[in-house]
Amino acid sequence: MTPVFDDLSVGDALPPLTLHVTRAQLVRYAGAAGDFNAIHWNPRVAREVGLPDVIAHGMLTMASAGRVVTDWVGDPGRLRQFEVRFTRPVIVPDDDEGAELDLTAVIGALDPEARTARIDITAKFAGQTVLGKARALVTLS
Amino acid sequence: MALNLSYVGRAFPYDEPFSVGVEKIREFARAIGDDNPLYRDRDAAREAGYPDIVAPPTFAIAVIMKAQDALLFDPELGLDFAVVVHGNQRFVHHRPIHAGDELTSTPFVDQVRVLAGNDVISLRTEVTDVQGAPVCTAYGTLVARADV
Repeated sequence: MTPVFDDLSVGDALPPLTLHVTRAQLVRYAGAAGDFNAIHWNPRVAREVGLPDVIAHGMLTMASAGRVVTDWVGDPGRLRQFEVRFTRPVIVPDDDEGAELDLTAVIGALDPEARTARIDITAKFAGQTVLGKARALVTLS
Repeated sequence: MALNLSYVGRAFPYDEPFSVGVEKIREFARAIGDDNPLYRDRDAAREAGYPDIVAPPTFAIAVIMKAQDALLFDPELGLDFAVVVHGNQRFVHHRPIHAGDELTSTPFVDQVRVLAGNDVISLRTEVTDVQGAPVCTAYGTLVARADV
């Protein structure tokens, strides 16, 4: 069911999402996005630049955060603006479970004239937020 | 200050357009673990009013990657890419990207500065289609960490 603007209120929660980011997914994402920075797949290089281990691509975390919005709105073409700040790395262990990412979102603002909703997203890894000012603007009917 | 201040305000056009293919969008959607039918099912996308499958909102980063890298790896810019982390990213979608698009990316250096000893560069990349119409504006900030 596509959400309808007039049914929405500021503070309404979108369905949350819990994801597991694995090393295998980082390799897959590197190829799909064309981002082969070794800190996302080579623990030696990650440690050489002061990281505890391999970290997820920030853009993969952003893409995951976007899913909370597009899963809810259905048509991804309704997402007109999307922004995040990358505040903490998502450290991805060398196991089958990977890093657990907890994604929640609420309606932060509604513009009745434009019929747009601002969605404020929270992304948490190991109990701490990893994105700041994660916001999407969606157009609704 | 390692970054070349003369790059600020300049455009760095990239000649090779990005051809958005059906399989590339499907590959990207699989990589982010997103099974939205509009990213993979051509009939579903056409029923929703699109010419072909549409790309996830952050697919734009793959579209602009080569154009942006050509600028960021330019030795004259002076960015130490080994210690770069992504500071923030913002997309303004003027319309959804879909399979069949031929997209041209033009990065601009909006700002360079030093924050807490780190070199920080803010880029804006304008993505246009074959008609020259705006498709996406991507804003990104990269930080070269000084503490490494």
